Amino acid sequence: MHSTGYIIKFIVTLTGIVALVLAFMATALKPRQDRNEAIYNKRAILAAVEGPLGKEVKNLTDLDVQEVFDNQVEQLVVDMTGATVDDAVILKRKYKGTLAEDIDMAKEKKRPESERLLPVFIFDQDGKKYYIISVRGNGLWDEIWGNIALEDDLKTIAGTAFDHKGETPGLGGEIKDNPSFPAQFKGKKIIDDNGNYTSIVVRKGGARNPTFEVDGISGATITCDGVTEMLYRGIKYYEPYFNSIK
Amino acid sequence: MAETTAVQAPEVKKKEPVFGKKERKLLTDPLDDNNPITVQVLGICSALAVTTLVLPSLVMSVAVMFVLAFSNLLTSLLRNSIPKQVRMIVQLIIIATLVTVVELTLKAFSFDVYKKLSVFIGLIITNCIIMGRLEAYAMANKPWRSFLDGIGNGLGYGAILVMVAVIREIFGKGSLFAGSALEMKMIGASAEYWIDTTQSTFFGWYAPNNLMVLSPAALLIMGVMIWVQRSRNTKLIDIS
Repeated sequence: MHSTGYIIKFIVTLTGIVALVLAFMATALKPRQDRNEAIYNKRAILAAVEGPLGKEVKNLTDLDVQEVFDNQVEQLVVDMTGATVDDAVILKRKYKGTLAEDIDMAKEKKRPESERLLPVFIFDQDGKKYYIISVRGNGLWDEIWGNIALEDDLKTIAGTAFDHKGETPGLGGEIKDNPSFPAQFKGKKIIDDNGNYTSIVVRKGGARNPTFEVDGISGATITCDGVTEMLYRGIKYYEPYFNSIK
Repeated sequence: MAETTAVQAPEVKKKEPVFGKKERKLLTDPLDDNNPITVQVLGICSALAVTTLVLPSLVMSVAVMFVLAFSNLLTSLLRNSIPKQVRMIVQLIIIATLVTVVELTLKAFSFDVYKKLSVFIGLIITNCIIMGRLEAYAMANKPWRSFLDGIGNGLGYGAILVMVAVIREIFGKGSLFAGSALEMKMIGASAEYWIDTTQSTFFGWYAPNNLMVLSPAALLIMGVMIWVQRSRNTKLIDIS
């Protein structure tokens, strides 16, 4: 049996050593991890414009992604009235920078609707502009989110990419894992001929209207309804901005 | 941790070879006779969760092997100075440290896999195999043997994980090693696949099996594996 004094000394020493080692490792690897995180997010954004880009994002190297982002993407942050936001407002929310890529949609989603900031990425391919916007909503188990690329008429979808936190693999998870789901959105319209906002509906049992609807995933009705809701609400947030640049 | 079978190596004073028969047994035993998953039935939780694809299963196996080997080694080195009253807490500190090291390293050097394994890396801490080995082996044996015991059990765990993952990935997703440079397409309805189900007379009926993607499939596969192993390996047959 060891004495209580020995136990305390032993534990304190061990914890001290462990804390030092981990603190050192965490600090040393932080820049690399942040870079990975940033590239991961950039890949997700570019995935929405894979079509115009002409390359599959998963085949691009980290450097390629960075290069495309530096040369072809313009970033701006708008508020719910569609106006560009001052850097000071963004920094006040404790983001690392003032670019659209620094905006964390998960944090913005927790704020009241009128106070949210919205990232906009304008992707330029051979002089043609694509507006990439971010949406976030709820699936079956947890949050789902996506990036939607719109053509420069601001009503035709050029591409989408979705991701999720905890949807069932093979069912709701297909919104990310099965490339044919996001591919369906290409060419759909979010505004009808009369100028009314329609968004896109993910329809259980198959799309009925080829212009505004896509096929749902069988076995994932709630996730699909979540996508519908997320798109309806999320794209609408950007309406004031779109109206201001039309 | 209750089912852990205690392995007590006899204390021998004689000079022994660094890698003799006993050492070899430490590596091979957990592969079959004393497999942590199919015989001791430990570490099932992560085995159910990560085995939908082969690549994350491989990384998970390597991570567990690393944590197991080095926590065994460290615990064994400290075994005489660890106060008995708080030994579990000390073991947990060692395990948690190594798991954090793995997590930080993966996040820095293999971000995709880190994202795929997400919460399961952190859950290595609660993997019963590790605590089981520390309690049953490392606390009573010399460092080198404990290290080998860790490697052996890691291999035993990894072997089952990869076997389950190969079956689940082929039948659930129709691919193999998806997400890596080695990605192969196995069964599916187009010419890209090794077996094109629209052309093949034998596999024409096949559609990717969604059950294979869900965790219960791993349970079924592991059940069959345990059955096969027990009917083959006479040492494992219960006489009751």
